[in-house]
Amino acid sequence: MPISASDLIGWLDTLVQGVLLGGLYALFAMGLSLAFGVMRLVNIAHGDLIVLSAFGGVALVLGTGGSPYAAFAIVVPAMAALGYVLQRVLLNRTLGGDILPPLLVTFGLSIIIQNLLLEIFSADSRSLRAEGFETASIQLGGGIAVGWLPLSVFLAAGAVTVGLELLFGQTGLGRAFRATSDDRVTAELMGIGHRHVFALATAVSFAIVAVAGIFLAFRTTVAPSDGPGYLLYAFEAVIIGGMGSFWGTFGGGVILGVAQAVGFRFDPGWGILVGHLACLAVLLTRPEGLFPRTRD
Amino acid sequence: MSRLLATTGLTAFYGDFQALFGIDFEVGTGEVVAIIGANGAGKSTFLRSICGLLPVAPAHVRLDGAPIGGLPAHRIAARGVAMVPEGRRLFPSLSVEENLLAGAHLRRAGPWSLARVYELFPVLRQKRRSYPRTLSGGEQQMAAIGRALMANPRLLICDELSLGLAPVVVKSLYEALAQVVREGLAAVIVEQDVALAQGMSGRLYCFQEGRVSLRGASSGITRAEITRAYFGL
Repeated sequence: MPISASDLIGWLDTLVQGVLLGGLYALFAMGLSLAFGVMRLVNIAHGDLIVLSAFGGVALVLGTGGSPYAAFAIVVPAMAALGYVLQRVLLNRTLGGDILPPLLVTFGLSIIIQNLLLEIFSADSRSLRAEGFETASIQLGGGIAVGWLPLSVFLAAGAVTVGLELLFGQTGLGRAFRATSDDRVTAELMGIGHRHVFALATAVSFAIVAVAGIFLAFRTTVAPSDGPGYLLYAFEAVIIGGMGSFWGTFGGGVILGVAQAVGFRFDPGWGILVGHLACLAVLLTRPEGLFPRTRD
Repeated sequence: MSRLLATTGLTAFYGDFQALFGIDFEVGTGEVVAIIGANGAGKSTFLRSICGLLPVAPAHVRLDGAPIGGLPAHRIAARGVAMVPEGRRLFPSLSVEENLLAGAHLRRAGPWSLARVYELFPVLRQKRRSYPRTLSGGEQQMAAIGRALMANPRLLICDELSLGLAPVVVKSLYEALAQVVREGLAAVIVEQDVALAQGMSGRLYCFQEGRVSLRGASSGITRAEITRAYFGL
């Protein structure tokens, strides 16, 4: 069967849109990857925290009538602070030894956040209007257009990845993160208090979650019960990418986005399924992920 | 010589199992004290107790007279107690230099810096970008000692430096350590090799089944006394 030029352009468009969508999934996954990497903490409420951040942005714009971009300036530090406190007073107590307590506690958190949002905002879907930014696009020629918003999300995901790599590789705090992750007891002997270090890791994780949540609200509508779906995308991106490297997680997000976009091109009902299948294929063939860390 | 760290009647437990039965111990500023004893005598438990890794009563451990028993380990480290743990325990995902820098996490002021550690152990400078598992056992031990020194401690605690190392390597490690303590750093050295322990230290404690079975000036203790204290004969 000959491939026509318009077919080719169609596929190219699918690829480009998939890569850009993958940027959002990379943002979803980055905080999860960080929390697991440093603390072996699997946060089941991760998706709900993304939704919470989105609603935080919505509430802020509704309440103050201010610019939706101001949501970043308020929600990101607020979520970081919430992360620090939550880790310090609650999550630290669940860590060490068994893997089950943090799962149960964050599962409980997930239910609490969903119902809190339902109580305050009702079950309606909400979104943030970015003053026309969400529909503006650049024409790349040949009928392919790239939206400014998806491009911004993608670039933000890249910036977050670079930032995390620098933080972990070049700073004293990053060294403390890795040392604590390697050997908590010995790190304590060096004066690295793991409770504080873990709380800082969660603060960074939640700050990234907030960025992801606000971009999500720009991009689409969000309802209080959507969290578990986003958690699943985040998990899949981390599984595809492999543990221990932020660029791996970024790559995992992009692959998931492309897989979904390809699925959507075949049939609008298939997109999510093809994403799941891609993750499953990686689990079957390379359970350690496509880009696991090889440094040590 | 003033008293730096002292324990009085120190008891420690693992659950219901009592591991230490009233240890009286002290080390003065600038003093080197060795602890010897058979496996299971309580040497490592004792070190864990004074470093904050085991819950003990506050007054049982004093640093400069202040009770520090049971403080979190990172608080005790902040007061200037640094440990070279048994088995080295380097951070595997940190390079040699990063391991050393991790030791300096608290940024305590003092004579030790990367440059001085590299001066003491030149091979570490060559391998500063390597990861611990590519190092020989002796090099790993150098990195572990260097990491502890980077904390600029007032008291250096060394747990079984010689474990699993060739005698010639052990000899050079202890020569380096002797150089370090000559500058006036106080040290507690747990060592299986009795002759080494005696040679390095001013005073010596022998532990047996969670109690001190012998104490005294290292040079004044005879082999026969040590044998008796070691085995409880």
